[in-house]
Amino acid sequence: MLKNESKRAGRKAFLGIVILLAGIVVLENLNLWLPSVPSILLPTSQLFVVLKKAAVYSLVAVSMNLLNGFTGLFSLGQAGFMLLGAYTYAILTVPLSVKDQVYYLYGGSAVKFSLPDLFWGIFGSSGAGYAIGLVLAVLIALILAGLVAAGFAYLIGLPVLRLKSDYLAIATLGFAEILRAIFQWQKLGPVTNGANMIKSFPIFSSFNIKSNGATVLYLSTFVPFLIAIICIVLIVLLVNSTYGRAFKAIRDDEVAAEAMGINLAKHKMLSFVVSSFFAGVGGALFAMYVANAQAKVYTTTMTYEILLIVVIGGIGSISGSCIATFLYVACSEWWLRFLDKETVLDGGFQVPLLRNGFRMVVFSVIIMIVVLFFRKGILGDRELPEVIAGWKRKRAKRKEAAQ
Amino acid sequence: MQYFISVLLSGIAVGGQYALIAIGYTMVYGILRLINFAHGDVFMVAGLMGVYFSTVMPMYIAIPLVLVLTVLLGFTIERVAYKPLRTAPRMSVMISAIGVSYFLQNTATYITGGQPLTYPVIPSLAKTVSIAGTPTKMVVLITPVLVILLVLALTQLINRTKVGMAMRAVSRDFETAQLMGVRINTVISVTFVIGSALAAIGSVLYFTCYQAVVPTVGALPGLKAFVAAVFGGIGNIPGAVIGALIIGICENIIKGLPSAWDVSVFSDAFTFALLILVLVFKPTGLFGEKVTDKV
Repeated sequence: MLKNESKRAGRKAFLGIVILLAGIVVLENLNLWLPSVPSILLPTSQLFVVLKKAAVYSLVAVSMNLLNGFTGLFSLGQAGFMLLGAYTYAILTVPLSVKDQVYYLYGGSAVKFSLPDLFWGIFGSSGAGYAIGLVLAVLIALILAGLVAAGFAYLIGLPVLRLKSDYLAIATLGFAEILRAIFQWQKLGPVTNGANMIKSFPIFSSFNIKSNGATVLYLSTFVPFLIAIICIVLIVLLVNSTYGRAFKAIRDDEVAAEAMGINLAKHKMLSFVVSSFFAGVGGALFAMYVANAQAKVYTTTMTYEILLIVVIGGIGSISGSCIATFLYVACSEWWLRFLDKETVLDGGFQVPLLRNGFRMVVFSVIIMIVVLFFRKGILGDRELPEVIAGWKRKRAKRKEAAQ
Repeated sequence: MQYFISVLLSGIAVGGQYALIAIGYTMVYGILRLINFAHGDVFMVAGLMGVYFSTVMPMYIAIPLVLVLTVLLGFTIERVAYKPLRTAPRMSVMISAIGVSYFLQNTATYITGGQPLTYPVIPSLAKTVSIAGTPTKMVVLITPVLVILLVLALTQLINRTKVGMAMRAVSRDFETAQLMGVRINTVISVTFVIGSALAAIGSVLYFTCYQAVVPTVGALPGLKAFVAAVFGGIGNIPGAVIGALIIGICENIIKGLPSAWDVSVFSDAFTFALLILVLVFKPTGLFGEKVTDKV
């Protein structure tokens, strides 16, 4: 009975994801298929910027939630693991043809191969062979990005995971800062390009299918969605497994969990490594989104941003994190943009306060209000299906009462 | 030799300035068990106020005014952002602190337009003097003296006065202190007032050495000051000062190493490496008390 129900829920979720992905493809390509579309549907519109960034950030937010919300490990190292992922991806995928140009300050790169070229060598570099080579190269680079982040997380976790709450937070934050310094070190320049950015690697728009110079199918929003969704589904499966239950037990009461026979060190490490793996993949996606990899971007401010997203969505709710990411990114990149513009109403009345930077002030006030007064965030620690089921039950009850 | 002295002197000066921030961290942590992430930004706001006030009034009015307003800011932050969360889990309070830090930085960016401002030159502090043949700024000499005086005053306050006794009681056991009739909110407010005042003094000294004030300027000194507090044993004021001095000196030595090695990029990373070493091998810091967790 229970098994059947979970099977049905799984099928429902799968269907939902397929519909979502199909919807994204349609949305992206309406401008090709219809003779004229509103400007919001053009590929350059802010809508697609928001969708791409939010897809990337939601993966990172969910990976942080796995650690902070489900295992109760308050880690602030997410930006560091993203940095590792971004650099791994970038270093491995800069095509040979532009390598000297990117690394011109160091007289070429120390990494003498490039994954896309490797696969283009096998499958040919035109037509379908090009596409297969690109997809394989990006896929493998993304997985390696995650693995590098996970490997570092394992090494960092050995000493650090013994620490508790705020000490753990500050130690992981410290590691992220150390990583940032190492990647900016001139001596590693031939690999990391020093403090300069690595660019010209495959990005989301490389996946748009072109023929004779004209795009015939846009996939640049679909790709981040697909990857993020696959990763998030994997995290959901982990959270719902016995491991996930052990994580939650550790979060709720470490001592009791240990008394029940849960190996604390092993499970904490597992959660830390898995979370970092997906943060690494998220970092690689972020590099694709901004089209460069540069160490100075991955600061503690970025970690704070992601933490705030997790808090807004509800600590311990994966769907909450996803919803919060889209709201957060849409607000910061799009809906609140008008606050940054000096506006003069009809009649020459200049709206006070509106000028560059005001958006972020309003934004941080909103965040403080959420943190102080809606401490549970949007969904608390429940998931979206539960919340909807709760609404339905309430409505049914009200109907009953009315009759 | 001369080079060595100048590195050492500036190290002590920076260390002293970190110490003034670190005391605020360590006192708040001792009482609330909260890493007050906004403390570094309070320091930054004090710097900004110094810049703005100095343009409209003489320095001897501006500095006390900055001091008063910074204290007010620290007090307000505690009342608005931390007091409502007194019974909430520690993580919520910490997130609130991060939110405050985010708010202060964004507001500062809005007001300054993101441009770096230049801190005014205070003639009596910026005067050049020479020690053992090494020219240096007056502030480098004043900082350690001031820090020692303030720490002495503070230890007297904590060990001899009633409010100091209340502070010690609260940091030992929050709930029992409350049962004994200690007004917790007053004690916490006093802690924040002292911490903010020291941060304001620190900002005057720090920005006399490094004149550029940007909205993110408080983040790194703030974190380093926290590391200093952990290093010295959190909750321990002289420990925080010694930790800050060690960090300041090490940082300047790393910056002063031959440029061929190209290690100056690690001057900040070093602080965090130190933090992790301390946390792993001596989690209670150099002078901290051993705490056992009860189930």
